[in-house]
Amino acid sequence: MTQRLLFNRRQFLQTTSATAALGVLGAGSAVAATATIGFIYVGPKDDYGYNQAHAEGAAALKGMAGITVVEEEKVPETVDVLKTMESMINLEGAGLLFPTSFGYFDPFMLQAATKYPKVQFRHCGGLWTDKNPKNAGSYFGYIGTCQYLNGIVAGHMTKSKKLGFVAAKPIPQVLLNINSFLLGARAVDPSITCQVIFTGEWSLAVKEAEATNALLDQGADVVTCHVDSPKVVVQTAAGRGAYVCGYHANQSPLAPQKYLTGAEWNWANVYQMYAKTFLAGETLPNFTRGGLAEGFVKMSPLGPAVTEPARKQFEATLAEMKKGNYAIIKGPLKDNKGAEVVAGGKAYIETAIELESMNYLVEGVIGATS
Amino acid sequence: MATTDIGLWGVPLAILGGAIRVSTPFIFVSLGETITERSGRINLGLEGILVFGAMTAYAVAVMTASPWLGLLAAAGAGACFGLFHGWICKFPRVNDIAIGIALMLFGTGLAFFFGKSFIQPLAPHLPALPFGFWSDVPQVRAALDVNVLFLIGAFLAAALWWAFRNTRIGLIIRVVGDSADAARAMGVNPDRVRLLATAAGSALAAIGGGYLSLYYPGSWNESISSGQGLMAVALVIFSRWNPLGCFAAAILFGGAGALGPALQSVGVSHGYYLFYAAPYVLTLAIMIATSSPGRTLAGAPGELSITK
Repeated sequence: MTQRLLFNRRQFLQTTSATAALGVLGAGSAVAATATIGFIYVGPKDDYGYNQAHAEGAAALKGMAGITVVEEEKVPETVDVLKTMESMINLEGAGLLFPTSFGYFDPFMLQAATKYPKVQFRHCGGLWTDKNPKNAGSYFGYIGTCQYLNGIVAGHMTKSKKLGFVAAKPIPQVLLNINSFLLGARAVDPSITCQVIFTGEWSLAVKEAEATNALLDQGADVVTCHVDSPKVVVQTAAGRGAYVCGYHANQSPLAPQKYLTGAEWNWANVYQMYAKTFLAGETLPNFTRGGLAEGFVKMSPLGPAVTEPARKQFEATLAEMKKGNYAIIKGPLKDNKGAEVVAGGKAYIETAIELESMNYLVEGVIGATS
Repeated sequence: MATTDIGLWGVPLAILGGAIRVSTPFIFVSLGETITERSGRINLGLEGILVFGAMTAYAVAVMTASPWLGLLAAAGAGACFGLFHGWICKFPRVNDIAIGIALMLFGTGLAFFFGKSFIQPLAPHLPALPFGFWSDVPQVRAALDVNVLFLIGAFLAAALWWAFRNTRIGLIIRVVGDSADAARAMGVNPDRVRLLATAAGSALAAIGGGYLSLYYPGSWNESISSGQGLMAVALVIFSRWNPLGCFAAAILFGGAGALGPALQSVGVSHGYYLFYAAPYVLTLAIMIATSSPGRTLAGAPGELSITK
């Protein structure tokens, strides 16, 4: 980052004149033989979490011929990201940008997309619609199925029949993960409950540790989470002898004995798809979604503690999910206040748009969304 | 893992455990700031020094496999920051608060820069003493796993309280803090005393940072501190520059901080954002209760730039 700032002015003049020249010459050339792709992360790229998952995806592009990867970490979800995008475009000649954090989408990425119509922007998690610029788009993975698989393994491994979930904020994605985790466990034993604690922020190390301790004090013996960096939760839980299921990336190096499995993103696959399409000069899709079947998400390898029955049910369900159209949320289903949220006979597969506005916790989850 | 259903007992237990676990960085930073402020300077840079201390402790512990060497290195690094602050503030018309803010940003930035490569590796943790050995309930045992730094902090609070009253060094620090002229008349150089007091205070703050990265929560990343360094400065005023008061305030703050997660874990889950504000509400309430329009802050050193 500092390097780029040091060479700012001269490079800027060179590049702008070069791009101006290109604009005159290259109007007819359609196929780009080389491409520079920019990745922007909201936190450090080795956080054992959300950002690491994206950085691993970016790393998978570095070996591809013709691709140059530029990255910047710790870019706040403010006008800073706009500056970062502009410098990646103007100074490094990036033709395709991946601003990966949720808050980058609106208004920053949409503004940049309007200003630079020749550059392609793809955002992780945003909801791209027809009204947005055509050179923008979004991609995301259906990771709820993976939390369901976490739940199956947790359901087999728990002795107290109590699970714990450290969650950041009660938004639909997080609620779907919590519900999926519990429903997975209830597929093993319908008496299992899951206690959830919301910390209120995506990254608050001390509060996450306190939440984990409080869950364990109440008897939870398998814990998972949905925060930006699960490192603290994994270490605290394993340190007190509980099992953990991971999230975002593979955290097994942090607790090799206690790590059961984990719900991971598989961005390498997605970014390689984009990079190939982009190199070939073809049009990139605007709206991309995928789950286990499409290889957008994956599971960490099962840990050494996982028992044989757990492994069997895990593998059978995984195989079923890989066929696609697997429905976790299906009726009759009540929320934890007793109201029916899904009528009997109705089932939502992972692609169902209704799931993206989830506002309830299912029966068996102890906690409240507000 | 054997578990026992403790139900609502989890709340007081969590508050007790939380008070011990969460309070330690507050204890060290506020004791450090007490020393500095008693000598008549304010060092607002402790947040930056805490973050830098956390990084240094973690990095050195990773490289040497010894958490104690990590703490020592953190204390050394903190002392350097303190010396820097004290040295600059010695010049005429330099505002110690402004320097402190600069130091806060500088320390944090420098810690992020050097700490980049230490986010992934695992460092050895500081040991804890199992004071819960008498209990069969695992939750009690977990809550009473008291880390050594907490005990050192408690001892330090008492020692400082005693030293301020009964030792020559304590007297010199107090004199310099209350009246630089009186100190000069005694043949004491106020700048040198303040330099050393700031260095000592910063070293303690850095140890508080080392606790964060080496014990609880026990990992280094860029969001490891949630403003402990800044809150601790407020705690010093809250406790009227009294080391024992700092200790009590830190405990109170830690316990109140544990309230939110603990209440959610027993099913009181509505309005958790409000419970998370508990420490701050408590601070405000006590401040209002103990303040009086009739007198100034009791115990405030006379040379502090906020009281002058």
